[in-house]
Amino acid sequence: MAKKSGGLTAGAANYLDERTSISAVVKEFGRKIFPDHWSFLLGEVALYSFVVILLSGSFLTFFFQASMAEVHYDGSYVPLKGVAMSAAMSSTLDISFDIRGGLLMRQVHHWAALLFVASIGLHMLRIFFTGAFRKPRELNWVIGFVLFILAMAEGFTGYSLPDDLLSGNGLRIIDGMIKGFPIVGTWISFLLFGGEFPGTDIVGRLYTLHILLLPALVVAFIALHLVFVVVHKHTQFPGAGRTQQNVVGYPVLPVYAAKAGGFFFIVFGVIMLMATFFTINPIWNYGPYDPSPVSAGTQPDWYIGFADGALRLVPPHLEFMLFDHTFSFNILIPVGILGLFILTVLIYPFIEAWVTGDKREHHILDRPRNAPTRTAIGAAGVTFYAALWAAASSDIIATHFMVTMEGVIHTLQFCLIVGPFIAYFITKRICLGLQKKDREIVLHGFESGRIVRLPGGEYIEVHEPVDEYERWELVSYEDYKPLMIRPNSRGKITTTQRVRGSLSRWFFEDRIAPTTKNEIERSHGDH
Amino acid sequence: MAQDGNSGRELAAADQSDHGQERVGSPGTAVVTSDRVTDPGLPEHRKRVTDLDPKKNKRAERVVYTLFYLSIAGSVFAIAAYMAWPINPEDLMSVRANNLFIGLGLTLALMGIGIGAVHWGKALMADHEGVDLRHPVRGTDATRERAVEIFAEANEESGFGRRALIRNSLIGALIAFPLPAVVLFRGLAPEGENPVDLLNETAWEKGTRLARDPSGQPIKASEVTLGSVFHVIPEGLGDMPHMLEEKAKAIVLLMRLKPEDLVELPERKNWSYDGIVAYSKVCTHVGCPVALYEQQTHHLLCPCHQSQFDVTNHCAVIFGPAARPLPQLPIAIDDEGYLIAQSDFHEPVGPSFWERH
Repeated sequence: MAKKSGGLTAGAANYLDERTSISAVVKEFGRKIFPDHWSFLLGEVALYSFVVILLSGSFLTFFFQASMAEVHYDGSYVPLKGVAMSAAMSSTLDISFDIRGGLLMRQVHHWAALLFVASIGLHMLRIFFTGAFRKPRELNWVIGFVLFILAMAEGFTGYSLPDDLLSGNGLRIIDGMIKGFPIVGTWISFLLFGGEFPGTDIVGRLYTLHILLLPALVVAFIALHLVFVVVHKHTQFPGAGRTQQNVVGYPVLPVYAAKAGGFFFIVFGVIMLMATFFTINPIWNYGPYDPSPVSAGTQPDWYIGFADGALRLVPPHLEFMLFDHTFSFNILIPVGILGLFILTVLIYPFIEAWVTGDKREHHILDRPRNAPTRTAIGAAGVTFYAALWAAASSDIIATHFMVTMEGVIHTLQFCLIVGPFIAYFITKRICLGLQKKDREIVLHGFESGRIVRLPGGEYIEVHEPVDEYERWELVSYEDYKPLMIRPNSRGKITTTQRVRGSLSRWFFEDRIAPTTKNEIERSHGDH
Repeated sequence: MAQDGNSGRELAAADQSDHGQERVGSPGTAVVTSDRVTDPGLPEHRKRVTDLDPKKNKRAERVVYTLFYLSIAGSVFAIAAYMAWPINPEDLMSVRANNLFIGLGLTLALMGIGIGAVHWGKALMADHEGVDLRHPVRGTDATRERAVEIFAEANEESGFGRRALIRNSLIGALIAFPLPAVVLFRGLAPEGENPVDLLNETAWEKGTRLARDPSGQPIKASEVTLGSVFHVIPEGLGDMPHMLEEKAKAIVLLMRLKPEDLVELPERKNWSYDGIVAYSKVCTHVGCPVALYEQQTHHLLCPCHQSQFDVTNHCAVIFGPAARPLPQLPIAIDDEGYLIAQSDFHEPVGPSFWERH
């Protein structure tokens, strides 16, 4: 393995390789191919914003004091001078007002965290709508899903650390929710807060979670996530020359290293720009936590909104006394619905795999239109989430648009239940319409915009045939037909078969088959 | 991972192989047809302007190094800004200037590197597409057989399957050993205290004066004018050892309505004083302070989840997710005309919990 003579670089490389066998790594990964598409950058945004979070967060730990010991603020921010508050709040104010660049780093950290969750969400939507979760990537979907949950947990724990009025009220809501849980709720709240709410322990405990346990888990799961990206190789969009057996793109060295490395700095730069110009979480406006005051328009960071919205949309009086115990269905129902929703997201790849029965590996992505039912289910899910999310701002919607609070809540309750169905049907129709259009383009060409007058006086628009490369993108999708239920070896049709059959019918009843060679040939004959 | 030896060099290797033909596994209900359109293969490589025009190439090169130099300038500017715009404790605007100029410098430093590197990659580096071959994720049959063999050998050599007593006792030990960790967590909350008892009582007791929040000034009944609302804490709260915890339960809203507007239960007739009523400020939903009072309608609104309570009707829930009315604090006046509590609340305040009855 030793390299031939050379300068310092060669010498250093030789030294390293003789001790690490690193040349094998370079050989393996140096020219590894990655396909190009803008939507593949969403996952990169998530990864890079996490790196920014680690960097800015480490800086903040050097100044932040995770203590709820009472101090009297004595920093530069005059309106709060002498006010009793926790050391956590006071040190956060010091970071903001007394340490040069401290406010900048705080804002970088908060903006990066918001971007982290947002980009994970968009990345998941991309994966979902292109069917990238299919075999062999189902488990990586699960890992990514866990990362999404961890990111929200990181966000919530971090948001609570400054011990300001807004985050304190957020914790109080969490406390109230926990207490609503049957049997264990009261004790879990008691243990979590180290006694009664708010206590003097919670900030320190959340800090341990926020800077040690959760980040360790995030790093571990990101590593696992990326290992699987390497093992599976990246998916690619359909295109001429791209098959299930290859991956077409650019090598890591040099092009991908330059583009992905550069992109890290762009993401970092955009976060920095936001932190430079846009205030985020101005805790000095909220003041220290006090159980009594609360500001109107109280709402959590956006990614917790869907959970807060679920709490708001529950109808009144859903609480019962039974066997001398309180059942708080006004808390259990929203928590249960959220649980079901995220569980469905989690297991969707397995459901679809079971319905199609397709055991092959899938490396070519679906264009969303070519999987109409899946795309429609996704649209329904997005609508459901959006209704919950909007509900977290129900009071702000009401005050801004001068409508009644009750009207907003009732409208959103309606959207939550009926909206997904409407979204489902509209999306499915749009997908089928687009597929029909694709088919028409393949068979009869695209509208060229050239109007020709025939000798008889008739006007026609000339249709031009698409070239074979474009045509390939329109016809090369996978197509499923509904499952034909058959009796098993003992002549019985099992219930699972029936369920699978009806699900399969639901998925694939309306289908536009890809245009075949024969059809194209016949259509040429027509002209 | 180590299966891939071609490292992207074979450009036209796999392009002609038809879909579906070589794929392992059942297609399920997928339609497999021989009538598919054939893949025309990779389109011909198209050169960029920077490949064709040396001037454009030169220009791109200039853009890239200019961006990198700009980045250096940005870093230097950020350091200079750190010193040139220090924070002056007297002047809040200095914080803004400090934030703005350090941030601008760093943005330039980062964006210069980022855009420069991406532009370099896109415009100047060779852009020939490469092709890697995929291999099934599943290990080869030989590998899998060997893996099974290894497990079998290990089982044989250890006797894991054979020596059931050893195996089962080990599994038992492994299940038992983390259990002590669970009880250790009991220490998270103080011992000798029961959360249910704590939730059932607040700092209010017979004779405690109602005081203003946050000043702690006691309130005379005569000060509570019609239509007014007071945020109330028990007098002496500030000196209690667990001030915030007590406050979280003891906060009260005090309002005066026209006595004829109040619809009072007979058993609570004497809980109010001349139209003055006091209710817990802690929402019975998840515990936010119910801080908004609508004077005209006599409704209380929780700003967190918009539960609404009717003050005229013992704070019954009229809208929103809350289920129970806000607990009422029975009040009276003492000899000096100050409002006092007749007793503690007659039920736990705040969100519901399992043991509540």
